[in-house]
Amino acid sequence: MSDVEAVLTLERAEPGIGPRRKRKRVGRKGWVLPVYMALAIAYLFIPIGVMILFGFNNFKGKFNFTWEGFTLRHWRELFIFRDLTIALENSLLIAAIVTVISTVLGTLIALALTRHKFRGRSGTNLFIFLPMATPEVVMGASLLALFVTIGLARGLVTILISHIMFDISFVVVTVKARTQGFNTEWEEAAKDLGATPWVTFWTVTFPLILPGIMAAAALAFALSIDDYVVTTFNAGQTVTFPLWVFGASRFGVPPQVNVMGTIIFAVGVVLALLNVALQRRRV
Amino acid sequence: MAVAVPSRSRSRRGRSVAYLLLAPGLLWLLVFFAWPIGQMFFTSLQTGSFEEGYQLTWHFQTYADVVGQFNTQLVRSLVYSLIVTGGCLLIGYPLAYGIAMRGGKWKNALLFMVILPFFVSFVIRTLSWKFILADDGMVLGTLKNWHLLPDDFRVLATSIAVIAGLMYNFLPFMVLPLYVALEKLDPSLLEAAGDLYSNRRTAFLKVTLPLSLPGVFAGSLLTFIPVAGDFVNASLLGSVNTTMLGNVIQREMLINNDYPTGAAISFILMAAILIGVFVYARLLGTEELTG
Repeated sequence: MSDVEAVLTLERAEPGIGPRRKRKRVGRKGWVLPVYMALAIAYLFIPIGVMILFGFNNFKGKFNFTWEGFTLRHWRELFIFRDLTIALENSLLIAAIVTVISTVLGTLIALALTRHKFRGRSGTNLFIFLPMATPEVVMGASLLALFVTIGLARGLVTILISHIMFDISFVVVTVKARTQGFNTEWEEAAKDLGATPWVTFWTVTFPLILPGIMAAAALAFALSIDDYVVTTFNAGQTVTFPLWVFGASRFGVPPQVNVMGTIIFAVGVVLALLNVALQRRRV
Repeated sequence: MAVAVPSRSRSRRGRSVAYLLLAPGLLWLLVFFAWPIGQMFFTSLQTGSFEEGYQLTWHFQTYADVVGQFNTQLVRSLVYSLIVTGGCLLIGYPLAYGIAMRGGKWKNALLFMVILPFFVSFVIRTLSWKFILADDGMVLGTLKNWHLLPDDFRVLATSIAVIAGLMYNFLPFMVLPLYVALEKLDPSLLEAAGDLYSNRRTAFLKVTLPLSLPGVFAGSLLTFIPVAGDFVNASLLGSVNTTMLGNVIQREMLINNDYPTGAAISFILMAAILIGVFVYARLLGTEELTG
């Protein structure tokens, strides 16, 4: 046993022997940090609570700013604003199409990056990262300039193009996090047992990375349905849910927006929790 | 022969499969991300008008004009971004630290709570603050009724409202990378610091903080970059005195149809962000941060 070790073991056994400085325990329990965390999380919840609450507000005036009593009126009359309903339908349609296409394209890239060695891989990684590091306003403005230059009329198609563009990178990163983790032995085993690459992929690889793909698809959907900045540059006359809400903010947002926001929020949370529960069961 | 070939042919086949997998997605990004940004550089050098069309005249003067005309917004965007990033770091670090070190079995639930705002539309979240901070709304209205605030006191349409809105919206972007860095930290290092008679303060400053710097760096970038380009908060919570570069780009591109000016401002914004990121990386002084 070396001297150092001897000193250390002694130290551990009889703390009193060491220098007479008091040893403070690192990571001691206290109440300040938990209280702070509760406050910080409450702060994050405030606007969500306000959104939900004011969907039930029985207000009379023009602006839905102060609490005037409980009502379910806005839930019953959810679709009385025709253009708001159309905007929501547009957003859902766009998000659905964008999710499918960007999830497929992004997953293919993620597979190439993690399962294959090829020249230009680090360059590809960097290139995938760039759209996430570019301010949205620049992406939106540059796409607008491009569409104007090539004379492509702005509308549903240009919105789809732009959303798929900014979603791909997020899908790649999310799926990659999953494909990087698991070992390739299972795939090797399938190959050794005579499975073709095609069969190996669908019976071994795909089920293993499916949770990652689901998470990526959920993220892609959320980013698309929520996007205002890129969309406003490329929407033309087409109106999406965030565009409608932004436009309405000037003359007072109807409580139907709160109700729709609440429903989207609830569906999102339930789906996320279901995904977690399913993954837990699988493991 | 048939035995010797497989390894080479398989790797070559693997490579061509890789390119096939990459092609559709990369092509999409090349055409709709890289090309537009490259194209925009030429747009920024055009002159003309929306009615008569824009011609490429290599008019670099636009950049100087734009900096002269919009330097207030440029400076304001950078100052707001710095304040918001610093504020998010101050609010977010203890939160991320608490989740990573004291979260225990609640870690995932707490993280889920941090990202909960993402389930509400960005525009609605920002508008919520407009409700909350309204001149006669639930907070200010009440305080005014109790005569705790003068009647003409307001938060909306000031810099404070814009900064507060930005700070709220981008806080989770700061917390998540900080959490990832702190969660990786080996608790035995802190025990070692304690065994070596370091008090909690020193242990934090000498062990925890330096090891969490990559998270600080990543979180700062994820906050600073989108904040510098944001115009939603300035539009919804601010006034003409709080416009940022994003607002100018939006106005030039969508209302004035002055594409060269909008394009030039976009490049100035990107240049400002790149310089900021570079300086910040040098300040933190760790080259491996980016690796």
